[in-house]
Formats: sequence, C-alpha cells, structure tokens
Amino acid sequence: MCLGVPGRVSVWLDRDPLFARANIEFDGIQRECHMACVPEAEIGDYVIIHAGVAVCLVNQAEARRVFDELNRMNLLAELEMDESTGAAPIESKRDKP
Amino acid sequence: MKFVDEFREPELALRLVAQIRETATRRWVLMDVCGGQTHSLLRYGIELALEECVELIHGPGCPVCVTSCESIDFALHLAMLPNVIVASFGDMLRVPGSRESLLDVRARGGRVQMVYSPMDAVELAKNHPNCKVVFFAVGFETTAPATALAALHAEQLGLDNFRILVTHVRVLPAMEALMLSPVNRVQAFLAAGHVCAVTGFAEYDAFVDRFRVPVVVTGFEPIDLLQGIVDAVQQLESGSHSVSNCYTRSVGRQGNINAQNIVETVYEVADRDWRGFGSIQKGGLRLRNRFERFDAEKRFEPIAVNPIASANACLSSQVLSGQIKPTQCPHFGNACTPDSPLGAPMVSSEGACAAYFRYQWLQSK
Ligand code: SF4
Repeated sequence: MCLGVPGRVSVWLDRDPLFARANIEFDGIQRECHMACVPEAEIGDYVIIHAGVAVCLVNQAEARRVFDELNRMNLLAELEMDESTGAAPIESKRDKP
Repeated sequence: MKFVDEFREPELALRLVAQIRETATRRWVLMDVCGGQTHSLLRYGIELALEECVELIHGPGCPVCVTSCESIDFALHLAMLPNVIVASFGDMLRVPGSRESLLDVRARGGRVQMVYSPMDAVELAKNHPNCKVVFFAVGFETTAPATALAALHAEQLGLDNFRILVTHVRVLPAMEALMLSPVNRVQAFLAAGHVCAVTGFAEYDAFVDRFRVPVVVTGFEPIDLLQGIVDAVQQLESGSHSVSNCYTRSVGRQGNINAQNIVETVYEVADRDWRGFGSIQKGGLRLRNRFERFDAEKRFEPIAVNPIASANACLSSQVLSGQIKPTQCPHFGNACTPDSPLGAPMVSSEGACAAYFRYQWLQSK
C-alpha cells in the first residue's frame, strides 16, 4: 500500500484547490488521481502517485542529470578497465536516443 | 524518460555493485527504512550481490506491520457493528489482530470494504448515508496527505457518517528508538524516499549529529538503491556522517509544502503504540479537535484490550528492528506463510517476511 508510482499528467479535470483532480497515465493506463498536493503540475509532467494522491512532482531535468552523470562514470570506469586489459572499448552501448 | 526502466539498467547496476565492492574494506550494516525498498533489494538480487561487503537489514518501514494489535482489534469490532462499514487498503484487511483479520470478519458477515484511496472511502460514505463508514487510516508520512485530504473532503461535503480510525506513524521517531536500543546494529540508514518527498530531509540533520550515523535519502529502483548504498558506504569508509540526497528527482530539502500544510491542518503529532516496539514518543499522528466528529476512537465506545495480543508467537519486533532476518524466525515458511500468516510482516506487500518468502528462490541460487 505504501508504494509510490510515477505517472504522467495527461488531462486536468478539476483545479479546485481542495478537489483538484487529473487523469494520470501509467504505462498506457489512465487513472483519476487527486492533485491538491501538486497544483503546479502541468500536462506532461510526471508525479508520484501514492494511494490515489499525487505526493510530489518528478523533476525531469534532475533525473536526466543524475542518469547522464552515472552513465558517464560507468563509461569512464569501463574505459579505464579496457585500457588496463588492452581490450577494445565498448562503444555506443548506452547511446540510446 | 519514464523514470522506471532507466533506473533498472543492468549494466549500470553491475558497475555500481562493483564500486561498492571496491569501496568497502569491511562488512557494513545498513538499514533500509522503507518496505518498498526491502522488496526491491530482494527482487533485484541486490542484497545477495552485496552479501560480502554490506549487510542489509530491513527496518520498521511497513506501516501495516507496525499497526498495533489493539487498533486492528478495534477495527474488527467496528466491522461487526450494525450499519458500520470499515474500509481500508488491501494489505490492512489481511493483517491478523489478536485472533483474526478484517477479511476473516468479512467472512463472518462483517462489512469490510477494500479501497485503493482514502477518497474512495469518502465516496462510500456519500453513497451509504444510512451507514457509518470508518476508514482505517494506516501509513507513514507518505499516506498522511491522502487521509488528511479525505477528512477535508468529508468536511467540505458536510458528511456526518464518515469516520477515521487513525494509526498514522512517523518514521524519524522510530529511527531514534532503533538507535537508542541496546541491541542496535545499524551503522547507516537508507531513508525512505517517498516519505522524504513529503517531509523533506531537513529534520534529519539533528538526528545525524546526535547519533553520528549517515542518512542517505534513497529511491526505490535498483539504480536508486545502489546509488544510496554507494553514498552510505563512502561515508562510512571515510568516517563521516551527513544527510545526503540520492533521490533528487523526487525529493527536495524542504519536501512538499502543500502536502505538509494539508497534513498540518488535519493532524497533530502524538505518541503512538507501534506493534513490536511499544509506545514511541511523537511516533504518530492524531486528528486535531476540528476533526473530532470524524474520529472513530472518540465516536465509538472503546473495547477491552485482549491480553492474548502480546502472547503472539510472531517475532516481528526482532525482524523489524533488524535483530534477526525473517528466515531466522522458526515460523518462517512453516507455521507462517503468506497464505496463513502469523504476523503482519508476512502479509503486507511491503513486509520483510513476505519479501523473503516471495524471493527466496533467488536467495538459494
Ligand atoms: S516469519 Fe511470520 S511469525 Fe516469523 S516474524 Fe515473520 S511474520 Fe512473524
């Protein structure tokens, strides 16, 4: 019951401060959720839904920054390993669009 | 980016595992506070992969597991009263009280309804004006905004047949209780990401200073968890202790102010009985006077406490405080299975015993 799941805001249904609701998309499935805690969310934003209520926004720029940073570190570590073993660097494994 | 698949990328996960193995010079004891994290650590084999350098112990972060037996017994009693419907989350319906669960009571004719959201219970009250609908509100700070919103909705709609049985618990006082325990083994915490999404993590500063223990705010996907463990191990190896945030996409230092305001409007901090822990000072929330008319504890007659409650064979207190692994409980997989649970940690989808039972095939590989 206490799992929070990320979903994408697809349509705002009500912007009343207390009864704020939006349709949230989870992997193609739409679900109506309460939005009073994230009234600033815009269509296309991701929010974490917990017990039918959005509890926070997902900061997409921040997610990308962390992900890119981790990938860079990973690539560096691989290159270091490849240099020490003399093997060819693994190319474009992570060059996903 | 959908914030799920990317944070499960195996290559990156393996690199992080290697980094943890390279960094750790001894086997550190880390506690994941949230049951959702426990499940991910087992499901993705992280606990097993790090076995030699990190001992992961699983904390009290399953709200269903720590809900007191007395509160469950009270909910069972209410469900058998005429014209009363008890509504709660699916997990809560299966947790045994001193003798039976809400599902057992339903089988005996009690009126028990599973809901996905507390707001569904408000709807239920709206649609059943001749019944009293009691929402059994369990959960940590992550769930409190949803149940607080339900109270605000009921107030706005002028419902006089809605009740809440509040057993909300707060994470930080439980972490303090663990650190003060003479048998404590925790050397660093992976703090519950979604609790911190609501509360922020500024309040952990004083905790870290007092107990000189690293606290790393951590998410739920494998990469999130491994990143949190890297940070915790690095702090332990360097002898430092601070609060760090490894779940920056969802958690800011101040948390979600809107959610905090909603919770503050409806609830105040109170002492609370934790199953397996006893009373924890400031360990929970209770309704403010303004919402007294929804308070099930005030609107229904109390019941006598069943003395059998404390005699239960379940070793959940030792499991939830990290003293033993679920598999070390003599009842695990024998008298206690998800189909016939002896204790709450075997029931809830976030319970540590259920996680070990579900993923034990992985452990034995
Ligand atoms: S295995 Fe069952 S009896 Fe043992 S601690 Fe877990 S829930 Fe309790």
